[in-house]
Amino acid sequence: MAETTVRHAPKDPKRINPYLENFKTAWRKLRQNYLAMAGGILIVFFIITAFVGPMLTSLDPNMPNVQARLQGPSSEHWFGTDHHGRDIFTRIIHGMSITLYIGFLSVAIGMVFGVALGIVSGYYGKAIDAIIMRTMDVLLAFPGILLALGIVAVLGPSINNVIIAISIFAVPVFARIVRGSTLAVRQLEYVDAVRALGASDFRIIFRHILPNIMSPIIVQATLFIATAVLTASGLSFLGLGAQPPTPEWGAMLSAGRNYMWEHPHVALFPGIAIVLVVLAFNLFGDGVRDALDPKLKA
Amino acid sequence: MTTPQQILKVQNLKQYFPIKGGIFGRKVNDVKAVDDISFEVNAGETLSIVGESGCGKSTTGRAILRLDNPTSGTVEFNGKDLVSLSKKEMRDMRKDLQIIFQDPYASINPRQTVRQILNEAMEIQNVAPKKDREERIKELMKTVGLGEHQIDRFPHEFSGGQRQRIGIARALSVDPKMIICDESVSALDVSIQAQVLNLLKKLQRDLDLTYLFISHDLGVVRHISDRVLVMYLGKIVEIADKKSLFDNPKHPYTRTLLSAIPVPDPTKRKEQIILKGDVPSPIDPPEGCRFHTRCPFATDKCKTDDPELRTNDDLMKDGHRAACHYIEEIESGEMQPNY
Repeated sequence: MAETTVRHAPKDPKRINPYLENFKTAWRKLRQNYLAMAGGILIVFFIITAFVGPMLTSLDPNMPNVQARLQGPSSEHWFGTDHHGRDIFTRIIHGMSITLYIGFLSVAIGMVFGVALGIVSGYYGKAIDAIIMRTMDVLLAFPGILLALGIVAVLGPSINNVIIAISIFAVPVFARIVRGSTLAVRQLEYVDAVRALGASDFRIIFRHILPNIMSPIIVQATLFIATAVLTASGLSFLGLGAQPPTPEWGAMLSAGRNYMWEHPHVALFPGIAIVLVVLAFNLFGDGVRDALDPKLKA
Repeated sequence: MTTPQQILKVQNLKQYFPIKGGIFGRKVNDVKAVDDISFEVNAGETLSIVGESGCGKSTTGRAILRLDNPTSGTVEFNGKDLVSLSKKEMRDMRKDLQIIFQDPYASINPRQTVRQILNEAMEIQNVAPKKDREERIKELMKTVGLGEHQIDRFPHEFSGGQRQRIGIARALSVDPKMIICDESVSALDVSIQAQVLNLLKKLQRDLDLTYLFISHDLGVVRHISDRVLVMYLGKIVEIADKKSLFDNPKHPYTRTLLSAIPVPDPTKRKEQIILKGDVPSPIDPPEGCRFHTRCPFATDKCKTDDPELRTNDDLMKDGHRAACHYIEEIESGEMQPNY
């Protein structure tokens, strides 16, 4: 008997931290999910490219070269050149940082406001809840791209306005998820216990509710980056986002569609780039969701 | 005004939970969880509230603590009406009035160590200077029977009984005068129940605590209480000191409850009163005496007249009161049960 207890006793009980344990379990599950890992590795690769890539390319992404217009892929121009003779590979590398900048920043802004509104809504309930959530419902009633389109149309086309537009349509998505989780955590007895101790709402929200609703927020953020990238490209494609000559992929795709039949590479490579980034974040996000779900055992 | 030895005085407490319905979410009806109850708790005693599930005993506890704001009534604690205090004033008052919950698995944040839990409690109420807190945490651990080496552990590393001790330590950390124990031992094994009950009793003696002990377990209530209050469907049906209540119950409902306690003697046959039907819904409680739908003694008067809590000097003593029209008739045998 004694032997069994000893064998099962953790070496150093002080070291066991449920935060870390949950993280470890999630990481173990994530590692077994090859698709998610492929997505994750791609994301890391993209991020490194965004920082390091521009330093390694020798050509200027925006300098036209009339002699080299619409050339197919070659050893000199890996992805060919566009209608101004600019190297598409160079432009895609330079566009990486723009794409990721829009994706991360818009989701970050949308997340901060969405989480704040969702927690306030779920925690205080009643009239505050009704006002916030009905407003969110109005925002959710528009298809995302249409809402973003409308906002950019009002603010004027630019990358920063695209970020604002995407943030606004990210807010209700986060608010809704966070409100639901807050409602579930708020009625737990330990929240009542700290309230009975005299804790302020601020303390309860930040110390006791927020740490316990992080999982759905992380998952939603990862998945929403893909949506943000796609929407941003869509807006630029429509001429409402990045303005020429910025090497933004959606704008490049849009410019390339005029030469689709004769020179498909002009539109093809920015298209593939968008697909890869969206796919990587979706695969990784799905994997994170499964890994953080305690009901799915590894 | 409360007399000096009364620490808590609840008057006409009502807790209604609105039921919303219809297209516009209008209030359709109320769940009358607690419907106009009044009682006092004396300093240093243990008053138990018993009753079956859904009779409003936990709601009473929560309303006193203002975890849910009561619909109406006053809760005087140490001479101050808690219901009329502002949120800020109430936060300060909470130092003196603590609660121990039923489920030790749900009542502590799984992401905090014992040290963090206790430290936070003291931080909120600013009970001890920062440098003394460490010492106090160790002291509290010893008081509730946990070891110093367990200070940095997380809740999942403890058993249910140990977790309940953490809950007790948390309540004690702010030096309360009164603790509401909301089914505090119901979720524990019987052997652990006894340990925790004895710990509570010891703490009461050492720290001069007052308990409001909410439970459905009459055995536990008999062990720990000084006085007992019986609730049925949001109303008090009987209140008495422990001995009177267990030996000399007056309300038919209390008699029924007591007859349900198993006797640890297989040869002994005891009369068991089995009630017909279920507890009526608190949304639409019966008119008159709430118990009349199931009471073996009910008459037409019970269907219309709501009985007050009253006493009878010949039959009942020491503040023993019951809410029944026919205390005397049932006692004398003039009225026979009609099962």
